[in-house]
Amino acid sequence: MSKVLMKGNEAIGEGAIRAGCRHFFGYPITPQSELPHYLAKRMPEVGGVFLQAESETSSINMVYGAAGTGFRVLTSSSSPGLSLMQEGISYLAGAELPCVIVNVMRGGPGLGSIAPAQSDYFQAVKGGGHGDYKLIVLAPASVQEIIDLMQVAFDLGDKYRTPVMLVGDGILGQMMEPVELADEVTLPEITAKPWAAGGLKGRETPNIINSLYIVPEDCEKLNHRLFAKYEAIATEETRWEEYRLADAEIVLTGFGTAARIAKSVVDKARAEGIKAGLIRPITLWPFPSKVYAKAAEQAQRFLCVEMSMGQMIEDVKLAVNGKKPVHFYGRSGGMVPLAKDVLAEVKKIMAGGDE
Amino acid sequence: MAKVMFKRPAALTDKQFHYCPGCTHGIIHRLVAEVIDEMGIRDHTVGVCPVGCSVFAYDYFNMDMFQAAHGRAPAVATGIKRTLPDRMVFTYQGDGDLASIGTAEIVHAAARGEKITTVFVNNAVYGMTGGQMAPTTLPGQKTTTTPKGREKEAAGLPVKISEMLSTLDGAVYVARVSVHDPKHITQAKKAIRKAFEVQQAGLGFSLVEVLSTCPTNWGLSPKESLKWLADNMLPYYPLGVYKEPAEVK
Ligand SMILES: Cc1ncc(C[n+]2csc(CCOP(=O)(O)OP(=O)(O)O)c2C)c(N)n1
Ligand code: SF4
Repeated sequence: MSKVLMKGNEAIGEGAIRAGCRHFFGYPITPQSELPHYLAKRMPEVGGVFLQAESETSSINMVYGAAGTGFRVLTSSSSPGLSLMQEGISYLAGAELPCVIVNVMRGGPGLGSIAPAQSDYFQAVKGGGHGDYKLIVLAPASVQEIIDLMQVAFDLGDKYRTPVMLVGDGILGQMMEPVELADEVTLPEITAKPWAAGGLKGRETPNIINSLYIVPEDCEKLNHRLFAKYEAIATEETRWEEYRLADAEIVLTGFGTAARIAKSVVDKARAEGIKAGLIRPITLWPFPSKVYAKAAEQAQRFLCVEMSMGQMIEDVKLAVNGKKPVHFYGRSGGMVPLAKDVLAEVKKIMAGGDE
Repeated sequence: MAKVMFKRPAALTDKQFHYCPGCTHGIIHRLVAEVIDEMGIRDHTVGVCPVGCSVFAYDYFNMDMFQAAHGRAPAVATGIKRTLPDRMVFTYQGDGDLASIGTAEIVHAAARGEKITTVFVNNAVYGMTGGQMAPTTLPGQKTTTTPKGREKEAAGLPVKISEMLSTLDGAVYVARVSVHDPKHITQAKKAIRKAFEVQQAGLGFSLVEVLSTCPTNWGLSPKESLKWLADNMLPYYPLGVYKEPAEVK
């Protein structure tokens, strides 16, 4: 093991390689371009494939082809690119193909801004594409966590035969932090994929990669099967971080960069005598609802901090279920909340100033 | 002793085609399957079928198959080929799929010289969705969305895919064939075989455009459809080899 200094976007690439991914398909977009730049150099070094596609529509369909032959495969983009990928993501979910899709989010809607944002939360966790499906959505908050979660992302995808999304933002992508890396790149053991369609090669029955179920009864069966799987994922794979939660009177919550800011505010508030704590969902789907429900028994208030006009707050409210008020502080369009402003909000709320 | 004259190719399953009577999709499937049999490549060939009337081709070709989103088959095939370069990979696509919604995917697969083979079925309409105008619909041709016939001012003129793709360096074999009579069927099979051989030799992208019928949406009998194709499509879409590498000539 050695400590190396890495940029978030590069860590996504190195994390994928360490997780045994040897195929990347993507189309350039700010603020994730360091990732394709990194992989364009790094993939050939490890005998992998880097391919610049003609669009995000194509990238995601190349992913569909590569995933269908049983290989670990990655694509990455930022918000507008993810909008283009939604059709393909729906097909990947329907055909139950594992892959990892990265969204380094930027301000929107439309062409928006290239500055960091979190306003694709709904798109990531509520579907995004058409039909009844869910993605496992991972939200790292540090460069080390990016490396660690890339392995988790590929493993979960294979385990459940499902696409996995990892969301970050421009800050996380650009920031440099020290990470622990094994000195050698070894290929991890990858689960056998007897369903993969890479040619018969002696097998009798063809394998078919498909999301068409023309008989409605069959399509409903697929959805029931998918949702049974999603239930198992929710039971087994929900991840979150708690910080100074035990005696917290106000619970701050957020994910990724917003959670880092919220965490620093927890300490600042504590220093001023306010009992603050933090819940940071690491899986945005499955959402750690039970953790909020439990916290709501004792905390008095919640404050959801986001880099959007308020999206995750809907899930927080569902989880808190009206037991306690849930407040919101957000900046959007590429603006980042400042710790001092969030702290001011905490103080105002605790003084009952906004009722 | 009786000799078997007509046998189902091993590359086709015994599932009965769902195509309308007189539709030439079935003939084209058979030609592709015969070529795969004759080349002995079924065991390591992967097919990608489109959205369109041939969406169920995964049930007919007896090998590993993918069903791709509308127009995206060349991108899916790229993903397959880039993970398994020693496999033979083909796409089977209609003219709505390839020449309309999927133009970016086919152009760039060809431009990259992606080592895949595309069988492009041009029947001058959208078959599956009810006979709407396709990019390949002929000037003046009546469809459900051009009730007075395709008018140049409103809908432009047909896209000639073989001509267009043969301008790309990465596309090394491009041919247009037809299946409206036995002589042309034989020629069509030869072209499909060449296209697969080009892929096998690792030379680049290959495409065979096959002029095909849609009796149902043309509102003609199977027999009339064959004649309509010969009389109307052949003059607009000249048959021939548009590009051919020296290696397979
Ligand atoms: C994104 C999307 N848009 C539209 C459709 C509807 N659709 C299905 S098949 C088709 C046209 C197919 O026509 P063609 O490719 O010519 O094949 P054919 O049916 O004639 O063989 C369309 C528009 C779809 N399935 N997906
Ligand atoms: S609608 Fe046309 S293309 Fe489709 S199966 Fe019938 S005849 Fe063939």
